[in-house]
Amino acid sequence: MIDIGLGHYLTLGAVIFSIGIIGIFLNRKNIIVILMSIELILLAVNINLVSFSIYLGDLSGQVFTLFILTVAAAEAAIGLAIIVVYFRNSGTIRVEEIDKLKG
Amino acid sequence: MIAHAIFFYVFSVIAVVSAIMVTVSKNTVHSVFFLILDFISISCLFIMIGAEFLGMIMLIVYVGAVAVLFLFVVMMLNVAQQKNQWFVSKDSSRHIPIGLLISVIIFFELIIVIGGWKYKPDLFNSAKSSLEKGVSNTHSLGQVLYTDYIHVFQISGMILLIAMIGAIVLTFRQREGVKKQSYLKQISRERTEGVEVLEVASNKGVKIDD
Repeated sequence: MIDIGLGHYLTLGAVIFSIGIIGIFLNRKNIIVILMSIELILLAVNINLVSFSIYLGDLSGQVFTLFILTVAAAEAAIGLAIIVVYFRNSGTIRVEEIDKLKG
Repeated sequence: MIAHAIFFYVFSVIAVVSAIMVTVSKNTVHSVFFLILDFISISCLFIMIGAEFLGMIMLIVYVGAVAVLFLFVVMMLNVAQQKNQWFVSKDSSRHIPIGLLISVIIFFELIIVIGGWKYKPDLFNSAKSSLEKGVSNTHSLGQVLYTDYIHVFQISGMILLIAMIGAIVLTFRQREGVKKQSYLKQISRERTEGVEVLEVASNKGVKIDD
């Protein structure tokens, strides 16, 4: 309990990952919160990579965390741009009212 | 050692609670604020564990850019007033139990993986550590990033460029009826089309600008 090891960090990553997935499923608001949940999931992946990198003594994990950060930033920019265009065209971004694809 | 444990628990409890608040808070602006708090506490954890460069980069990229971008879009679209209504329609509430079930199963799978991995301690081999002592985290990261991973690094730059172009193309729109100054039109005017000499007959007007 006092001796913090790799397992503690991995558990924290697992908890945040699951919260992100619950956020995607339970969301009844707008799509922006779903994007935020995806950011949470990527954050959990980053926690896992960094803690493995530190505890195994290999720098590759931190390098890949850097690339995940890049991809997350690009994804947020593109996703928000799509949301802005959708809101301009249809006037709503509520999850329930987005049913143009009839899925 | 005990200070490490205390800091770990403080930061991770803050991170988990704010992650929960991101998903359940009624106001979208509050969600963005809790997302910022989550990123900050996780980057504190990174700095504490020894990855200072990534912690600082995470502060800059996430808190400085991504979270502000989220906040900007939330404010611009004026969705902060849309209150969170849980399970309004019967149609959507069908997804709730299966979503919860899948999330809980994923969580327990991850926990089982971590637990099983802990009982195999010979995977740890800190003797072949590539982390040199006496070299800062940023220095050693740069030594790897610009030599072994240079192609991946350049490809990530291309990804950022494509994302920028894509965001601009998606949100750009040509507005109708906006008066703009056109330098090309102004410069390319000739004297012959700008000035005209008219013979004006006496007692007759001249019609201009027809």
